[in-house]
Amino acid sequence: MIHFVQTLISGLSLGSIYALIALGYTMVYGIAKMLNFAHGDIIMVGAYAVIVVVFQLNMPAFVAILVSILVCAVLGVTIERLAYKPLRQSPPLTVLITAIGVSYLLQNVALLVFGSEQKAFPQIFNFPPLNIGQVSIDGITLATLIVTGAIMVLLTLFINKTKLGKAMRAVSEDKDAAGLMGISTNRTITITFAIGSALAAFASIFYGATYVYIKPTTGSMPGIKAFTAAVFGGIGSIPGAMLGGILLGVIEQLSKTYVSTLWSDAIVFGVLVIVLVVKPTGLLGKQINEKV
Amino acid sequence: MGKKEKERKASAVGARLNDKPQFSKNLLTILMVAVIYAVVSYLVYSGSASRQLSNMLISISVYIILAVSLNLVVGLLGELSLGHAGFMSVGLFSGCLFSIATVDMMPIALRLPLAMLVGGLVAAIFGLLIGLPALRLKGDYLAIVTLACGEIIKNVITNLDFTGGALGLDTSGIYSKTKTLLPFAIILVFITTIVMMNLKNSKHGRAIMAIRDNRIAAESTGINITYFKLTVFIISAFFAGAAGVLYGHSFANVKPAAFDYNMSIEILVIVVLGGMGSVRGSIIAAILLQVLPEALREFSDYRMLAYSVLLIVIMLLNASPKFAELKGRWSIGNLIRHLRKNKAQEVAKHE
Repeated sequence: MIHFVQTLISGLSLGSIYALIALGYTMVYGIAKMLNFAHGDIIMVGAYAVIVVVFQLNMPAFVAILVSILVCAVLGVTIERLAYKPLRQSPPLTVLITAIGVSYLLQNVALLVFGSEQKAFPQIFNFPPLNIGQVSIDGITLATLIVTGAIMVLLTLFINKTKLGKAMRAVSEDKDAAGLMGISTNRTITITFAIGSALAAFASIFYGATYVYIKPTTGSMPGIKAFTAAVFGGIGSIPGAMLGGILLGVIEQLSKTYVSTLWSDAIVFGVLVIVLVVKPTGLLGKQINEKV
Repeated sequence: MGKKEKERKASAVGARLNDKPQFSKNLLTILMVAVIYAVVSYLVYSGSASRQLSNMLISISVYIILAVSLNLVVGLLGELSLGHAGFMSVGLFSGCLFSIATVDMMPIALRLPLAMLVGGLVAAIFGLLIGLPALRLKGDYLAIVTLACGEIIKNVITNLDFTGGALGLDTSGIYSKTKTLLPFAIILVFITTIVMMNLKNSKHGRAIMAIRDNRIAAESTGINITYFKLTVFIISAFFAGAAGVLYGHSFANVKPAAFDYNMSIEILVIVVLGGMGSVRGSIIAAILLQVLPEALREFSDYRMLAYSVLLIVIMLLNASPKFAELKGRWSIGNLIRHLRKNKAQEVAKHE
């Protein structure tokens, strides 16, 4: 029983990271209606930014966090401007291939700059573990869960209560109509990318704090799995991303413990295929009807 | 629409269907492939080909088949498949296992084609399995599902015992030299090219492109979407699997981890560079992208970087109307048309 609870908690730790990444995915996908394949790689860049600031510039941790958020946001906006904006009117296939290209570009630039060997992430947090009876929860897991939960609430409020959030919902619903109502579609999408990428910076900090080692390919697999999580929860839905992320993390950890570590990837991707085929709208997503 | 205009349109459509530019284009592609293979076969069998070249020939052929078959999904059906390496891998392992089992029973001239058939059929079954979700999904979701299926295939093959596991399958028993494999490679490339080109210009091909351009409109004209989508995935997987078997015979050991997402992307780069939907383009791009990295070995660190830049730049250029105009003006087709026109004028002058 203790073993099972401990597995669930490890799953929660993994799932909270997925949830954090999935929040960024769902933001961008929900509003810009494009799959930003490079999202996972922005996380990798954010993690390297922290490493450079802490180890090479010898700055304190909070500066590193700020720099990482800034770098990710600027990177996200730059990518959007240079690569995605000219393709607003293009078929989805074109945008998707470009996004894959951007993802590869970031990985390979990082490979050239930082080399292929993994680098250690600085220990920027030192939370004591929480012990409840025989069960112990890592401090970092709790911190990730709290931060993810807080971001989820803030994002929901932002989308539902602010003027900019309203503009985002309008753009998501119908770009042309939103434009006719005086909303600057391009500016709204740029801001979406800035926020989504800033969230990637948060994800990079907690990923680094949990898993310590960073490689140029660090971001791609968690990125794809987090996308799975976002779809699982219902793409475009912010609470859905959190729910999907945590569920996926728990499923992955359970399959690692009770089935086999070797098969866990196949199981997670199997879940993805089943969810997409059986219920593409996800757990909390809205049904979209196709117009003729 | 006036009656006259209707008639004019009808006759224009008739003219487009009646004349034979498609045919001559296909002939050009076949000729191009034939000439290239005639030259390399001469070089290989006369012994004057360098070791480097003859080592590359099989992998170039394999990549041509992979790219041409992926082009069916990406170019014709307009869906992104990121699991092509998975099909190749399934075909490779089943075909090579068959080949290993029958190595003492049959000569290679019978064993390899049969193994290709086995590999292709097994891959086709997987193509059908992956094609099924494709019936409900499109775009981003379908791309992610194919990616996931590719990763599942890799994961399963790595964890099975009879495929050699993570250490890879020992194919030293069926390993063959380029000189032995080249005729099979040439035949397979020809079959793939001809099937794809004929499919593209057939009623089926037009139905598939109609689905790509507007699914709902295609459905309402009576095109059976289920049938065509599944056909595309099955045919594409079949050839990828057959190519995998050929690939497996050119190594003494194959590791399942090599056929991952990155390899699928590499094939996609070839298709995009060659032009989506263009069989000839895929062939040229496959040759280029295999020969160039070999020739520019000292820059090998930048290979993947260059691929990623290529993907982005080609997509951006294709989307830009200015580039489309330039391309139209400077294309080879336009040049030929221009020359023909000049010639016709000269002939007219003489008369």
